[in-house]
Amino acid sequence: MQLVCPAGNLPALQAAIDAGADAVYAGFRDQTNARAFPGLNFSDAELRDGIAYAHQRKRKVYLALNTYPDSARLATWYRAVDKAAEFGCDAIIAAEMAVLDYATRTCPAMARHLSVQGSATTAPALRYAHERFGISRAVLPRVLSIQQVERLCEGSPVPIEVFAFGSLCIMVEGRCQLSSYVTGASPNRHGVCSPASFVRWEEHGDGRRSVRLNQVLMDKFEPAEPAGYPTVCKGRFEVGGETFHALEEPTSLNTLELLPRLAKAGVAALKIEGRQRGVAYVASVTRTWRDALDRYRHAPESWQLQPGWQSSLSKHAEGHQTTLGPYHRSWH
Amino acid sequence: MSTMKLSLGPLQYFWPREQTLAFYREAVEWPLDIIYLGETVCSKRRELGTRDWIALAAELARSGKQVVLSSLALIEAESELGVLQRLVDHGDCWIEANDLSAVQLCRERGVPFVAGPTLNVYNHHALAMLMTDGLRRWVPGVEQGHQLLRELREAMQAEDRPMPELEVIAFGRLPLAFSARCFTARALDVAKDQCGFRCIDYPDGMPLATREGRPFLRINGIQIQGEEITDLGPELPALRELGVDVLRLYPQVDGMAEVMAHFDLARHSPVAPPRIGARNGYWHGEPGMRPVAEA
Repeated sequence: MQLVCPAGNLPALQAAIDAGADAVYAGFRDQTNARAFPGLNFSDAELRDGIAYAHQRKRKVYLALNTYPDSARLATWYRAVDKAAEFGCDAIIAAEMAVLDYATRTCPAMARHLSVQGSATTAPALRYAHERFGISRAVLPRVLSIQQVERLCEGSPVPIEVFAFGSLCIMVEGRCQLSSYVTGASPNRHGVCSPASFVRWEEHGDGRRSVRLNQVLMDKFEPAEPAGYPTVCKGRFEVGGETFHALEEPTSLNTLELLPRLAKAGVAALKIEGRQRGVAYVASVTRTWRDALDRYRHAPESWQLQPGWQSSLSKHAEGHQTTLGPYHRSWH
Repeated sequence: MSTMKLSLGPLQYFWPREQTLAFYREAVEWPLDIIYLGETVCSKRRELGTRDWIALAAELARSGKQVVLSSLALIEAESELGVLQRLVDHGDCWIEANDLSAVQLCRERGVPFVAGPTLNVYNHHALAMLMTDGLRRWVPGVEQGHQLLRELREAMQAEDRPMPELEVIAFGRLPLAFSARCFTARALDVAKDQCGFRCIDYPDGMPLATREGRPFLRINGIQIQGEEITDLGPELPALRELGVDVLRLYPQVDGMAEVMAHFDLARHSPVAPPRIGARNGYWHGEPGMRPVAEA
């Protein structure tokens, strides 16, 4: 299985490659990708440098072009496809039909991966993307159980990539309008979720804090309570007279213990989330997964979870908690 | 002045069987043109099974109204795919395709389809591609407001492509998000696999408020809706000018006959009706919900 790691900038790209990533994924510094955060992503020159760095070491670079352009802005996405081909990206990761179709017609030699944002969860959906756009890989939304992943691997016309570790979108990717409902800033259209410019922390003097997103109260915290980033899905709300994380706790996906099952299912690639994270995260998480994958490759039958792996990964998890998430039925 | 059609969107909630059947037998007498039938949220809701929905479709179609069978927004299990295949194979009705699986099955069988609001069609090129797959009508996603639709329509015209029928959500709670997790089960602290179908107790969804008591969202099984019942009535002149063909009204448990009568009057009048629900910010290129200061 290939290890695909996040590169939010050039140092992170190099750290991921050095730590053993088989491929990295990156985005341009604009709204053509789903991590259009301030201070993140690549200029043209940086992407060229990153591709050179990776290719010298026989690794791959995938370009995330996974947002949804409206008609007036399509040219920007088309130009990004052109640049990806010109710079020598090994694949684009795209979700939107016009972008995929443009890439299919104009640079058929560059591979096309269906992004997680494409919300394809079944064999017919994957057939559509394969027949229409000749995709050579699909990244599955983080909604399927391990049994469903196994079955889909059997029925899919293309190799499958799944999320292995990182922050967990609780909603089907590409299908969540919670951020735009509150702020107008849309993951699909603008590549952002609950952006920092709408976040306001309030200190109440006695050590208590509260946090608002475009003035809507997302949560309140007691003095010693850890406070996470206020995406709508991770706020605490009142339902039926109780206050709790009604949608999801701050936690990260960690599928390390499922590695043998994913390998046996025929999963082609494991994806690490976190282009918005720093070099330390990328290097450490990549190294852990590299070690786990190498040990599995050398001795699949005797593979066992190493205690150091999980503690190392937990350090980088949101709220220092990890979950098997949707892979495990009880999470649903 | 062209008269826009009225549609009854698919029932997003879970109502008891007799209540659901009674609702549609009443609805068929309303001044509407199109009825969407079927389960779009959770496949475990089986007060009406696939056979029942298909039978109801046949019954309602005898009224002369168009009946469309709606598919699930999120398909995970083989059994859910099997249900979709049966809807498509039925053949007598168009399908509302709410995910790419439905598009593909319709395309393979040559069945006309309506692109539902969760299909993520954001530009004219994607729309044109889907039209070659069999798309006949398009319901844009909730984020797409007046300006985006106008630009898309102009881009279609510039390329000399015909528009499909355009259907806009004019009334109802907006479907904002879907998950593998059931939030109703989570709120009631029961496992999804042993949920007891408790969402049947919440015929308009389960209210979710902020910690200062501001109504915010509705929990509806694996779906999250906005709390506000949006209403594009006052914007009807703009919708008409834009060339909107169909106004979609989503079922709520109370007062739908009055809502339908209100929009029926409005569609025949050049004057915009008074607002009966909440302003839909998305339509104006703003956040979907009303600003906190106005609430």
